[in-house]
Amino acid sequence: MQGVKPLSLLQVKQVSLSFNSKKFFIGKDLSKKVLNDISFTIEEGTCLGLIGTSGAGKSTLGRVILGIQRPQQGQVLFQGYDIYNSDKATQHNIRRDLQVVFQDSYSAVNPRMTAERIISEPLENYGKLTKGELRRTVCELLERVGLSEKDLKKYPHQFSGGQLQRINIARAIALKPKLVVLDESVSSLDMVTQSLILELLSELKDDFGLSYLFITHDIKAAFSISDKIGVLEKGELIERYDSKDQFFSSKHPIVKRLRDCILAEHPRFRTLTTGKLG
Amino acid sequence: MIAIFRGILKSQKMIVTCFLILCILLLISIFAPWLAPNDPIAINLTHKLQPPSLDYPLGTDHLGRCMFSRILFGARISLGFAFLIFISALSMGLLIGIISGYIGGWVDQLLMRIGDGLMAIPSLLFVLGFVGIWGAGLKQVILGLILVQWVYYARVIRGMVLSLKEQNYITAAKISGSSTWIIMKKHIIPNVLPSLAVMGTLEMGWAIMNLSSMSFLGLGVQPPTPEWGAMIHEGKSYIRTNPTLMIYPGLMIMLVVVTFNLLGESLSERFGVKRR
Repeated sequence: MQGVKPLSLLQVKQVSLSFNSKKFFIGKDLSKKVLNDISFTIEEGTCLGLIGTSGAGKSTLGRVILGIQRPQQGQVLFQGYDIYNSDKATQHNIRRDLQVVFQDSYSAVNPRMTAERIISEPLENYGKLTKGELRRTVCELLERVGLSEKDLKKYPHQFSGGQLQRINIARAIALKPKLVVLDESVSSLDMVTQSLILELLSELKDDFGLSYLFITHDIKAAFSISDKIGVLEKGELIERYDSKDQFFSSKHPIVKRLRDCILAEHPRFRTLTTGKLG
Repeated sequence: MIAIFRGILKSQKMIVTCFLILCILLLISIFAPWLAPNDPIAINLTHKLQPPSLDYPLGTDHLGRCMFSRILFGARISLGFAFLIFISALSMGLLIGIISGYIGGWVDQLLMRIGDGLMAIPSLLFVLGFVGIWGAGLKQVILGLILVQWVYYARVIRGMVLSLKEQNYITAAKISGSSTWIIMKKHIIPNVLPSLAVMGTLEMGWAIMNLSSMSFLGLGVQPPTPEWGAMIHEGKSYIRTNPTLMIYPGLMIMLVVVTFNLLGESLSERFGVKRR
């Protein structure tokens, strides 16, 4: 899989995945197709927003890209390397450039570790830093995400959801990765915190030259940060757009329905096309 | 009434009291040779079955041995070997539980089916059978009790590891490049240990009871070594004339087991990760 330097940071080629539940002698085959022949690319320094309803397979696709859920068919190429079929050392190096921020910030951190230990975990795994250097790096990261040195020794339960999400972001960017998967990262936060975190994310994107895969069901949040939009429905990537205008002029019925769900700035401007909402 | 008891259980006082009692017992068993007024195994038939006196604070048994000294030395054997059983069973259970929970697959199936097999036999019967094959003695009883006990730890730990494994922070750790060993060390073992300490405290009482009952049956500690269970066994012929021969060691067993159980209960009431 090595060789020519590819143009895209991440290439997903015809990925299909189904969850099998083995039949026990008799009964229906309950295997469920979660992802069906999905292909797309993410260019360096861009953000792809992935929109879809619950159960559309968004998070599973995120896991496939992160290298923790092997698909049955297809390939995931990261900088030209197949992340599922390369040797251990390459996989270990790919890990470094592929990070994640989960939706639920509380379950994404070990409740028994301080903020310092949470953020230093990836740093300890890659490269030898002395204690002083480690502490300094963690402090810098904390400040970068809008927290301070005082928070070093705090435990997860002492933070608010937004602060903890910042810690998760700090952990994700600690290794200076190339691609960060944001799996519903702002969905469980209130509107104000959401916009602050989104702001932080787009700042970080420019500073570190990051690329994002922004998985969300929140169309507005997706548009505020993404360069391109993909719509996932029942495991299939039904539409792809290079700009917001394309999304708004799309004729696809599912896209139309998603579009109608966006609340207008004022109820007066709201148009009910399907008549089912309200 | 129950509410009041629960209140006491939850309070710090209970833990401190239990802990103090256990500390005193520990000191007693360490310093037994200096504390004991007489040699615990010196037979003196002219002084047999004597009432308490200055020389013999708790009287003497049917062979004229000092009861007080025997009880002090008995603490060494009872507590020491119970602790050995507890630690060995715990480490074995921890290792097997983590392997089986984390790796899963056929390894898990194999280990758990062995565990099921052991659990299917009543523990007392298992140890009796073990002793029946290998002969009576302390070593066999201890080994038998360890083999019976690890399964319970392994089961509990496996369950905890299974639920921990699905936590997002374990996935996050994997993604941040942590190896399996680091995940075990940083995330799994620290999250399993506190509940294990509570469980272990409760099981310690179990180990003491079983060791003593085996010795009472004449299968564990062999005379003339002083051990509480064995002392009850030796004193049972004199239950009508000298009931204290059985009562003192019996009270000691009760004190230790009750203390361990209460400590375990109050720890489990208080312990727990702070979660939202």
